[in-house]
Amino acid sequence: MPQAIAAVNDFVVKFANVNGSGSASANELFARSILRMGVPVSPRNIFPSNIQGLPTWYEVRVTEKGYLGRRGGVDMMVAMNPQTWAEDVKEITPGGYLFYDSTKPMPSSMFREDINVIGVPLTAITNATYSDARQRQLFKNIIYVGALSVLLDIDEKEIQRLFGEQFKGKEKLIDSNVKAMNLGRDWVKQHVDPDLVKLKVRHADNVGDRIFVEGNSAAALGAVYGGATVCAWYPITPSSSLAEAFQSHCKKFRHDKETGKAKYAIVQAEDELASIGMVIGAAWNGARSFTATSGPGISLMTEFIGLAYFAEVPAVLVNVQRGGPSTGMPTRTQQSDLLGCAYASNGDTKHVLLFPEDPRECFEFTADALDLADRLQTPVFVMTDLDIGMNHRLCKPFAWDENRVLDRGKVMTAEDLEAGKTFGRYLDVDGDGIPFRTYPGTHPTKGSYFTRGTTKDEFARYSEEGPVYVRNMERLQKKWETAKKIAPQPLRYSSPKPTRFGVIYFGSTSPAMDEALDHLEAEGHHVNALRVRSFPFAQSVEDFIHEHDRVFIVEQNRDAQLRTMLLSEYTLDARKIVPVLHYDGTPITARFIATDIATKLGQFKVVSFDKAAS
Amino acid sequence: MTYIAKPRLHHPSLVKNKAGFTRRDYEGAVSTLCAGCGHDSISAAIIQACYELDILPHQVAKLSGIGCSSKAPTYFVGASHGFNTVHGRMPSVMTGANLANRDLIYMGVSGDGDSASIGLGQFAHVMRRGVNMTYIVMNNGVYGLTKGQFSATADKGSISKKGVANSDSSIDMVSLAILMGATFVGRSFSGDKHQLVPLIKAAMDHKGAAFLDVISPCVAFNNHAGSTKSYDYVREHNEALNRIDFIETREEITTSYDPGTTKIVQQHDGSILRLRKLGEDYDPSDKVSAMKRIQEGMHAGEVVTGLLYVDPTPSDLHANLNTVDAPLNTLNAPDLCPGTSALDKINASLR
Repeated sequence: MPQAIAAVNDFVVKFANVNGSGSASANELFARSILRMGVPVSPRNIFPSNIQGLPTWYEVRVTEKGYLGRRGGVDMMVAMNPQTWAEDVKEITPGGYLFYDSTKPMPSSMFREDINVIGVPLTAITNATYSDARQRQLFKNIIYVGALSVLLDIDEKEIQRLFGEQFKGKEKLIDSNVKAMNLGRDWVKQHVDPDLVKLKVRHADNVGDRIFVEGNSAAALGAVYGGATVCAWYPITPSSSLAEAFQSHCKKFRHDKETGKAKYAIVQAEDELASIGMVIGAAWNGARSFTATSGPGISLMTEFIGLAYFAEVPAVLVNVQRGGPSTGMPTRTQQSDLLGCAYASNGDTKHVLLFPEDPRECFEFTADALDLADRLQTPVFVMTDLDIGMNHRLCKPFAWDENRVLDRGKVMTAEDLEAGKTFGRYLDVDGDGIPFRTYPGTHPTKGSYFTRGTTKDEFARYSEEGPVYVRNMERLQKKWETAKKIAPQPLRYSSPKPTRFGVIYFGSTSPAMDEALDHLEAEGHHVNALRVRSFPFAQSVEDFIHEHDRVFIVEQNRDAQLRTMLLSEYTLDARKIVPVLHYDGTPITARFIATDIATKLGQFKVVSFDKAAS
Repeated sequence: MTYIAKPRLHHPSLVKNKAGFTRRDYEGAVSTLCAGCGHDSISAAIIQACYELDILPHQVAKLSGIGCSSKAPTYFVGASHGFNTVHGRMPSVMTGANLANRDLIYMGVSGDGDSASIGLGQFAHVMRRGVNMTYIVMNNGVYGLTKGQFSATADKGSISKKGVANSDSSIDMVSLAILMGATFVGRSFSGDKHQLVPLIKAAMDHKGAAFLDVISPCVAFNNHAGSTKSYDYVREHNEALNRIDFIETREEITTSYDPGTTKIVQQHDGSILRLRKLGEDYDPSDKVSAMKRIQEGMHAGEVVTGLLYVDPTPSDLHANLNTVDAPLNTLNAPDLCPGTSALDKINASLR
């Protein structure tokens, strides 16, 4: 028997449950109670594409240091699903702990010698207290949270406080939940050696004013703050909860106080083709609009995305990425739609992408995307993913500038037209490649034009003449240059010591990367880091690459898609930028990044630059 | 060529309507369709309808898909915005546009390829959502721009110009529109402007999903013997159920009518549709009898035309969504953004 794992505020507990058994809210209660003790947690849902019956897991990383990436490894398994028992038990780190329902005796062959086992007769306790089947199912979950709170030293007062907030005004529910919690607590106090479990939670002060929220809900709130009035969508995992959150935020904030009428319109379309069509129609007509989807939805929307690019109609698409290709892994995470979105549609097209790292940036970038789309008159993609979108993540609180106005971009008004301003729908008057537009119905005799996906001249007149076409394409290229300056800029993190090595990363890789940089630094590997936040890439991205001998590009896809985009945008020595790729559908870990980079650094150090590169 | 504008000079004696515009103010660019194309007659009927309705030209939004028919919006109401979208997807763009600004008049123009083949799904859904619009299918049963392939509305047994018989069943757009929930459904013939112009006017005044299937012979590829959408065939087989007189709300109704031969339908806003019946007794406000009559006509080889179905008290998408009266595109930050104090509360609730 290896030594029992002992850790304070730094361990991983994994819950193995059955989908649809009501475990999700109990598990979240567990995570929140630790958070309330001032200790950061990072929970992750690992769930199947299923409603009821299949296995589902909830992994909670308790991390006083605030490392919010997935750690890997399991210190304690709460094994509530007989179906996955064998693999769950196998996953526990030697010296770790197995918590299970011991109501039915299990043969010793079902356990392991090198782990510590805590059996609590959950079903027996539950059945002795409750007779209703539904109550039995729900309170069994609360009973195990109570039991765990004793084993791990979680402050019961924090759990009670959470019940109080959750069931405010429903005293009966509060009491019944407290009772269930105490059933678990009392049993453990009476039957389990308090020193058996050496994983403990202690009060700390490392959470601060941070908030705990899912990226999809945050992005939806960003759409509300950013002034979106039309949302058209088609249900697809893992983005559906974004549109649904927009609905619930709007119900709260967007109804006229006197009439009760809605200052928004949400349409669940018949498919993704229709949803993006509605978004484009609404934006053409001057309303801020967006859709939320995932990779397969983007594939369907591709024709319309090309139209919006070429006809220069704003559109915001939040792509909550999942594992591809095709239907792929609907409930797993990846960053594998970069190329599909960046160059979506036929002909020479390229699109603005934003890469939020957490819910806070989902909020910020979705609001920004609405401004950028209007300003640039083009589709803008918010490239989030399942890891950010469907998990509660600790992040900085949402912030909003009270004086912020909606940037509606270049729109010519009836007064402008009346004053005799020249209106050419595709005429570059300011040298930034962005023309003026008019909304339909602006002026009785001036400013109307025909919007089309065919080529046209500066005054929106159909033309297939070569020079006219080239002029228009060059102007779109100029607009692309403008986008580089106004999209969210990259953020640089410098190593304390000068180094020849750099790393570029983006999106949900952030927390794992932060931690990996600490590991690397601790081992004497100095690496500068740059977090890319948008495409087209700012000039500083190219500068960063040129500053270093080797730059690692960390991505969660097989084909090094960001690296491909860097090679396509810049003239680079391909040998200089080294892919670090994780794409099995689980969120990338610091362990993976640090190990892969350290290994590669070792290889580079033993041989000369040119030899290594050849 | 479609950018060639017609001369702006008007004859001084042209009569202005109540909005102060002459009929020519509702015209568009010179048509590039084939001489004699039925679509041009439909454009002319739309121009006439808009002129007679005293519509402000810029208050119309014209949307189309891809195909000969979808080029037509260039040829009418040039002072309004138009959007030539992608093939078969105009309905979704029109839905979005309508959501953004409920005050404009939405005119969707499509063809049988655009709406019955690639766009059949969106066609069905725009009808069931009750988007307040006039949706016209210029139906010639053939793909003109790609030179003569059958479309999904071509009748079974119809012979193509190359002599091939169509072996597939045809899609009947009016039946489909009624089934899907359109609240105003009519069919007409591009060669019959006396029937078509009032139908378009009534459709434009209808506050819900209005659909018009207009048989429009293709002079290049579908106007030969053996075609069931040629001028000759349609003229011979046109079974007009009614002739419609459209009377706007603001006009005093003084016209006398004979109750035995006329059916009055009053729309929600008070406007009157007076149907002069031709032949049999027909009640267009009864969905069941409408479907029955259409099916009987098909069985007898007739093209049943006229106002086939109307719900005098339609609902529309905005009513269903309970949106504010002001167009959504006029709302600004104070209406839309909950502000920092609300955000502080949200943050507090997430700790």
